[in-house]
Amino acid sequence: MAGRVAGKVAFITGAARGQGRSHAVRLAEEGADIIAVDIAQDIDSVRRFYHGATEADLAETVKLVEALDRRIVATKADVRDYAALKRALDDGVAELGHVDIVSANAGIFVFGEPAQDVTEQDWQDVIDINLTGVWHTVKAVIPHLIEQGTGGSIVLTSSTAGLKGTPNVAQYTASKHGVVGLMRTLALELAPHSIRVNSVHPTGVATDMILNEATFRLFLPDTEHPTRQQAAEVFATTNALPVPWVEPRDISNAVLWLASDEARYVTGVTLPVDAGYTVK
Amino acid sequence: MPGRVAGKVAFITGAARGQGRSHAVRLAEEGADIVAVDICRDYPSVGYGMATEADLAQTVKAVEELDRRIVAVTADVRDAGALRSAVDDGVAQLGRLDIVCANAGICTVQSWDEVTPTVWQDTLDTNLTGVWNTIVVSAPHLIAAGGGSIICTSSTAGIKGLPYLAPYVAAKHGVVGIAKTMANELASHSIRVNTVHPTGVNTPMGEGLGGLEPLIGRDPNLGPIFMNTLPVESVEARDISNAVLFLASDEAKYVTGLEFTVDAGNTIR
Repeated sequence: MAGRVAGKVAFITGAARGQGRSHAVRLAEEGADIIAVDIAQDIDSVRRFYHGATEADLAETVKLVEALDRRIVATKADVRDYAALKRALDDGVAELGHVDIVSANAGIFVFGEPAQDVTEQDWQDVIDINLTGVWHTVKAVIPHLIEQGTGGSIVLTSSTAGLKGTPNVAQYTASKHGVVGLMRTLALELAPHSIRVNSVHPTGVATDMILNEATFRLFLPDTEHPTRQQAAEVFATTNALPVPWVEPRDISNAVLWLASDEARYVTGVTLPVDAGYTVK
Repeated sequence: MPGRVAGKVAFITGAARGQGRSHAVRLAEEGADIVAVDICRDYPSVGYGMATEADLAQTVKAVEELDRRIVAVTADVRDAGALRSAVDDGVAQLGRLDIVCANAGICTVQSWDEVTPTVWQDTLDTNLTGVWNTIVVSAPHLIAAGGGSIICTSSTAGIKGLPYLAPYVAAKHGVVGIAKTMANELASHSIRVNTVHPTGVNTPMGEGLGGLEPLIGRDPNLGPIFMNTLPVESVEARDISNAVLFLASDEAKYVTGLEFTVDAGNTIR
């Protein structure tokens, strides 16, 4: 059986590890070639929570995709740097021939204080990467999609924090709500070209971004060194389904479906993969 | 490669033709066995004909040609007792239940002052109470199976106030309420409940919407409400089935409480 995205090329940001790597692997399993970018370094405002991906991580994504007999063009690039991002994409398109699927996935999670106490630097880094980075991604890719004239599927990674407020997570929540606004506008602007634009809204995903002590303490503020087990019990209370968090592959399956022609008439959807977090 | 719902059993209402038959075929293509029901009888209040026993037999044939099993029963979703017998019988024959498609529905077009008490009642009884009955008779089987996926067919009319469809709009909005409540109540059993919201679909029911154009002519300002964003006027039943398949499969195991539009962007304008 031909893969569900056979013959397509997917551009994925934040592809060195976590959800981005999972999207690359899942789409490659179903026949897509990949254009991958990642900053592959630490970000100052994030370091106190978790470490950034590395060049070795990005190399591992390349290895995993190639093991599936798919092609991948991987570049170290920062979504805040439009020129670098565009160059990485254009190089990928030159090598792989076209681009059909876009996963604007790169993001950071910075949190921990009420909005009035957020530093200027933290605010700016989160908005620059999570919102402006998404805009840079689509700004770079839309001309390719329109010129090709074969439609396309853009999937923006938002969050449950893009649908609901989250105390002490102002900068992230603002950025992820902003992604929804961008998605809805793009869905209208690009529909005449049969380019679909949707967002995915994960609950907590089992990646380095949340599986760290700083994030556990957000949910257990009175515990000095909360464990993964303690955190899991509290995380589970936020979801309707009886799970603390979901796996990257669960998000990738939603991205795959939206990317495939099975979703050819689906656009403008905010798709939660959230174990019922937002329905509670 | 095994199918995406291999080994599962799906209960589908309104399965004799249109979207219901398409769901049966698409799920069977991906390995599911089917319990199908349809009223196979006309409504005096509805201006287009319902499916027939021959239509239901055609669904049976289409599923069996895919080497899947199907138990098909003529039953009215307004009759909870008959519906319970049908699903209990299907589960007894096929062994389990994993997927529920509450799909049966009717649609009549008229301005608000032309809605008769019969049309109001038939629409609410079929499109809203029928969905409720379907969930109530199915949920015990899903609980016994240790989880499952319920997909309720709503509509763009479950999100927007489409003119000249008042009873239909009321029922389809109500379906969203049922689904979200049941998403919470059944979550502890790992049962997911979602709604799908098609724009116009090329089916016999869609042909029943032919009466809209003269009504829109009375107030052309209302016409754009029915327009899609993507450059298509309507979609195919299989496009809805593909969304149902995704929600039914384990690929969506953490997706619940969602209003899933398959509407060519109708509701985002």
